[in-house]
Amino acid sequence: MSAPPTTLTPSKPAAGQRAAPLRPYRLPGSGDSRAISILTLGALLVLWWLATHLGWVKPLFLPTPEAVLHAFGDAMRGHTQGDIALPEHVLISVARVLGAFLLAVLTAVPVGLAMGTSRIARGVADPLIEFYRPLPPLAYLPLIVIWFGIGESAKVLLIYLACFAPLAMAAKAGARGVALEQVNAAYALGASRWQVIRLVVFPAALPEILTGMRIAVGFGWTTLVAAEMVAASSGLGQMVLNASNFLRTDIVVMGIIIIGALAYAFDGLMRMLERRLTPWRGRV
Amino acid sequence: MLEIEQVTVEYQPRHGPATLALQDISLKVVPGEFVVVLGASGCGKTTLLNTVAGFLAPTRGAIRLDGNLVQGPGRERGVVFQRHALMPWLDVLGNVEFGLRLQHVPRDARRQIALECLHQVGLTQAAHRPVYELSGGMQQRVGLARALATAPAVMLLDEPLGALDAFTREALQITLLELWRDSTRIFVFITHDVEEALFLSTRLLIMAPGPGRVIHEFDVPFSRRFAAQGNARAIKAAPDFIAMRERMLDLVRHSAAGGLQ
Repeated sequence: MSAPPTTLTPSKPAAGQRAAPLRPYRLPGSGDSRAISILTLGALLVLWWLATHLGWVKPLFLPTPEAVLHAFGDAMRGHTQGDIALPEHVLISVARVLGAFLLAVLTAVPVGLAMGTSRIARGVADPLIEFYRPLPPLAYLPLIVIWFGIGESAKVLLIYLACFAPLAMAAKAGARGVALEQVNAAYALGASRWQVIRLVVFPAALPEILTGMRIAVGFGWTTLVAAEMVAASSGLGQMVLNASNFLRTDIVVMGIIIIGALAYAFDGLMRMLERRLTPWRGRV
Repeated sequence: MLEIEQVTVEYQPRHGPATLALQDISLKVVPGEFVVVLGASGCGKTTLLNTVAGFLAPTRGAIRLDGNLVQGPGRERGVVFQRHALMPWLDVLGNVEFGLRLQHVPRDARRQIALECLHQVGLTQAAHRPVYELSGGMQQRVGLARALATAPAVMLLDEPLGALDAFTREALQITLLELWRDSTRIFVFITHDVEEALFLSTRLLIMAPGPGRVIHEFDVPFSRRFAAQGNARAIKAAPDFIAMRERMLDLVRHSAAGGLQ
C-alpha cells in the first residue's frame, strides 16, 4: 500500500509583522546578587554608626565602629590582655582549625568511602558517627579535657571531631550515589573491585566530598571558640573570651568580625577548589 | 561463538510470586553476525543483554563465549549503555583509554589504541574535550570507542541510540555497520525501533513479554546490502524493506498486546 503522492509547498513567511520587544525569560532568583550584598553591608554599617553615635545603644552593649577599629589597631600592636599581637592570635587559630580539618579530610574521606562501598564498614561506623554527630561539642569537651589534658591535642581533637562527621557523611553519600551504569561500565571493561572504588566511586563522590569539606571547615570555625575556652593563652577564641571577662566589647566585636571574615575567606577558597576539581558538577 | 543455553531469569520479589523475566532462551551466534533483539518495553530484552554482559546471573541455564562460561562482566564483552555512562572527570581520550588503563597498558600504547578507536567512530577532533560538553550523539560515539578499545569479541549494545534524534541516529547506525563490516566481531543490539532493527541486523529476534521469550526469528539481508553497496537511504526506501518493516510492526504490536492479557 502506498499513499497517493502529495506535493509539499513551502509556506510563505508571514510578512509585515513586527515583533514586540522581547523581555528575557528568567528563572526566579537568577542573576548576580553581589551588588545587593555590598549595599546591605553598607546599610548595616551606617545603621551601626547611627545607633552608637545618636545614643540609641550604650557603648558597653555596642561600641562605635571607630572604637572597634581602634581596638583592631591596638591589637595589631599587641596592646591587649596577654600582650600577644593580633597576627599571632590569628595564626594560632588558623593553624588549629586547618590542622584539625586536614586530619579530618585524611581520615574521614576514606572512612566515608568505606562506609559507602562496604556493608561491614557501614554497619560498624554508622551508629558511632550518627550518635556523636548531633552532640554539641561543649557537651563532650569536659571528657576530652579529662582524657587528653589541656594541651594543644585536646583543642585540635575537639575541632577534628566537629569536622569528621560531616565529611564522613558526605563521602558516604557520594559513594552511595554513584551511577550504577558507571560502575557496570568499569566492570565490563575488566575493572577489579578496588579499581572501581579508586577510579569510579571516588571521583564520582568528589563533588559531595567537596561540599562536605565546605561544611566541615565551617564547623571547624564554629567549634574554635569552644576549643579555646580550655586553658588557652592565645588564639582568636581566647582573645574574645578574655575580652568579655573585662567587658571589652570593642575587642569582642573586633574578634567576631575577624573570625567571620576568616571563615568566609576559607569558604571562598573551598568554592574555588570545587570549581577547579569538579567542573562537571551540575552538568551531567 | 556466543552460546546462550536455555537461560531463564526469575525475579523473586520480597513478597508475592516470582516473575519470569526470561524463559528458556537459547541462541547461538557466530562471529560476523549482527543480532538485533526487538521488542516492546517489558519483554526482557535488556535482562537478556545484562545476563550476557554478566551483570545478572541466570537463574537456570548458561552463557558461553568461545566455550568459556560467563560468570560476571569481562572485557571480552564490551557494553554500550542506553545512557552513555561516561566518566565526566575524564576527557574523551581518558574515557576511551579507561579499559586499557585498568590493564596497565603503557601510556603511549594506550593513547595510540584510543586514538585509533576514536578515529573509527569519527571523533578524532574531540579527543581532548570534556565529555559533558558533547552532544548526545557524540557521547554515544565515545561510549562505542571506549567499548572497542579493549578489543572485545562481542559488542553488547543496550538501546544506545534510543535517546537520539532521527538524523544523529541514522549517522550512528551507519557508523555501527561500518564497525561491524570491518571486523568479525559479534554484535548484539537491543532496540524497540523496528526500522533500526531491520537496517542493522543480520539476524532479528522478536521478543514478547510475560514471560520474556523469543517468539520470532528472521534472517535479514539489509545490513549485508549496506556493507556491499552503501546508501542507507536507498535501502530504507526499498519496497522489500518497507514491506518487511510493516510486517515486523504488526508482529511486535501483537506480541505486546499478548503480554497484556
